Amino acid sequence: MNLLMNQTLTRLARAAVVAAGALVANLAGANAGVELLHFSADSGNAASVQRGARNFMAYCSGCHSLKYLRYNRLGEDLGIPDDVLKKNLMFTSDKLGDPIKVAMPAASEQWFGRVPPDLSLETRARGADWVYTYLLSFYLDESRPLGVNNTVLAGASMPHVLWELQGWQKKAEHKAEGEHDGGHHGGSPFEKVTDGSLKPAEYEAFVVDLVNFLDYASEPGKQARISLGLKVMLYLFGLLVLTYLLKKEFWRDVH
Amino acid sequence: MAITPNPYKTTGALGWIDDRFPLTKMWKEHLSEYYAPKNFNFWYFFGSLALLVLVNQLLTGIFLTMHYKPGAETAFDSVEYIMRDVPWGNVIRYMHSTGASAFFVVVFLHMFRGLMYGSYQKPRELIWVFGALIFLVLMAEAFCGYVLPWGNMSYWGAAVIINLFGTIPFIGPDLVVWIQGDFVPSDATLNRLFSIHVIALPFVLVGLVVAHILALHEVGSNNPDGVEIKKNKDPATGIPKDGIPFHPYYTVKDLVGVAGFLILFCAVIFFMPDGGGYFLEAPNFTPASQTNTPEHITPAWYFGTYYAMLRATPSFAGTQIWGVIVMGAAVVILFFVPWLDKSKVKSIRYKGSLSKIALTVFAINFVILNYYGLQPPSAAVQLISQIGTVIYFAFFLLMPWYSANEKTKPVPDRVTE
Repeated sequence: MNLLMNQTLTRLARAAVVAAGALVANLAGANAGVELLHFSADSGNAASVQRGARNFMAYCSGCHSLKYLRYNRLGEDLGIPDDVLKKNLMFTSDKLGDPIKVAMPAASEQWFGRVPPDLSLETRARGADWVYTYLLSFYLDESRPLGVNNTVLAGASMPHVLWELQGWQKKAEHKAEGEHDGGHHGGSPFEKVTDGSLKPAEYEAFVVDLVNFLDYASEPGKQARISLGLKVMLYLFGLLVLTYLLKKEFWRDVH
Repeated sequence: MAITPNPYKTTGALGWIDDRFPLTKMWKEHLSEYYAPKNFNFWYFFGSLALLVLVNQLLTGIFLTMHYKPGAETAFDSVEYIMRDVPWGNVIRYMHSTGASAFFVVVFLHMFRGLMYGSYQKPRELIWVFGALIFLVLMAEAFCGYVLPWGNMSYWGAAVIINLFGTIPFIGPDLVVWIQGDFVPSDATLNRLFSIHVIALPFVLVGLVVAHILALHEVGSNNPDGVEIKKNKDPATGIPKDGIPFHPYYTVKDLVGVAGFLILFCAVIFFMPDGGGYFLEAPNFTPASQTNTPEHITPAWYFGTYYAMLRATPSFAGTQIWGVIVMGAAVVILFFVPWLDKSKVKSIRYKGSLSKIALTVFAINFVILNYYGLQPPSAAVQLISQIGTVIYFAFFLLMPWYSANEKTKPVPDRVTE
């Protein structure tokens, strides 16, 4: 009880501090300064999103759910017939209307230190740039329990699930001293240690597909919205011309 | 004087109604025989656009309420349900979320128009006061709505704003608990904000809008020249020489404004509904969490100016209430504008250079404050915000001086253009 009270008071105090202008306490600079690679996701690239869906189901869906996305919605949007969907993409349920949940037991928290998050809205919450860079930025780090770390999310509890594809890399030596990595200047911040089954360009393409798929999953109605938007715009420009002519006609006698 | 039923002696079905309800009378008084100055310019679109956005918010709000489930456990999921499973739910939601931002854009421009042309001066003081009340209620309405998706920014935004009440001496902390219905923002808080957002404030808002328009139609519209068109009537008809019937002239003209506005509005809705992270913020795509504070808590963009003033005010005498007072005063001072302006002329066109400079500096300063209100705090942001706060208040507090002590230009008898 006392503990609860204490927590409550701490939170109250924290909120109050944030509140009333004591914000001078610097909150800035929390994003650890890693420069993200730029990636603009394209959920309109149907083939890429389809490959991404396949890759997601094969490599990610064991741990990460997409709880706001239903299998049949996925099938409908990506043009995947129900039987193919059931056979190749549905591992946790055989009901087409079910959302994409994980097979992972609750005990997973003890395996990784936290429950792997749902990824339905990941590209909207963190941005496609972030997800793209994250998937390219795992590196060997013996100080971590699983021997792997990530420059974008330091201390990430996720293992490098895609190591078979990408191979292993380590931080490039000359960048080791506190310099911000990102690859924008001075080439890759990483050095290859072992090759994976995919060539670097193929692995990047793999990640592109995955991020495009996650972008789709974050708002399945996005493409329909954009295509409706084009029609709406066309209509509105027509309306603007018509209303302008109407106004001109009505106002002819105003001097 | 008694009310005469059916003063226009209509017959038939319309006559039956007019004998019992002033339909024709209202139509004529507010539309077909409401004479508005003929020289309205671009700035006069924003009143009718504000009404359009209000209707948009009410209609889309009705459909969102059908599917939204208030409650800490259900709110976030139900918003995603709307976004995915409700047919065109994403578009309806974006119309509402973009509508909130659009509301502030058009209201800011509408208020700026009022300041420019002295539309608050006698006899239009009450129109302005109702307008300022609308602005105040709109801010409360927007805040409540911002909390409803129960994303992490909703949650921490709610915590910050509600805790402003905690700075009030003696009763503050208890007041915060009373408002929240809990020790932290929680299920109880969300449900009451929902109630206030969908019933209490819209009700008040619509009432105030009616009062705003009734007051306007009682005294007649101002115009870019600040000339009273009623002073120059056609002796035969009694119609102002510079007046034209609102309908059809301004109804068709406003339709052009509507089409232009909808092009911009729909471009955001369909192609960039996040508004670059300002209309829908990234942290709000993560469910509310008491333990996970967003890196940088900002209010919705339209509160930037006032938030900057809140942060700019240092605490002293062991309390932070000064920032809250400054922020509150920044809104309250708007109510006094009709009595702060001592100028003999209404429109900026005929005011002296002091007024022109003051208004220009004020407008630029407002935008700068808004920008810095959304930046992470730093010493530079703090200093700029403090200077900006002083300029904001100086515009109003010095108005009795500079508006009275400048050389104004002669105002024409009739509207120009």
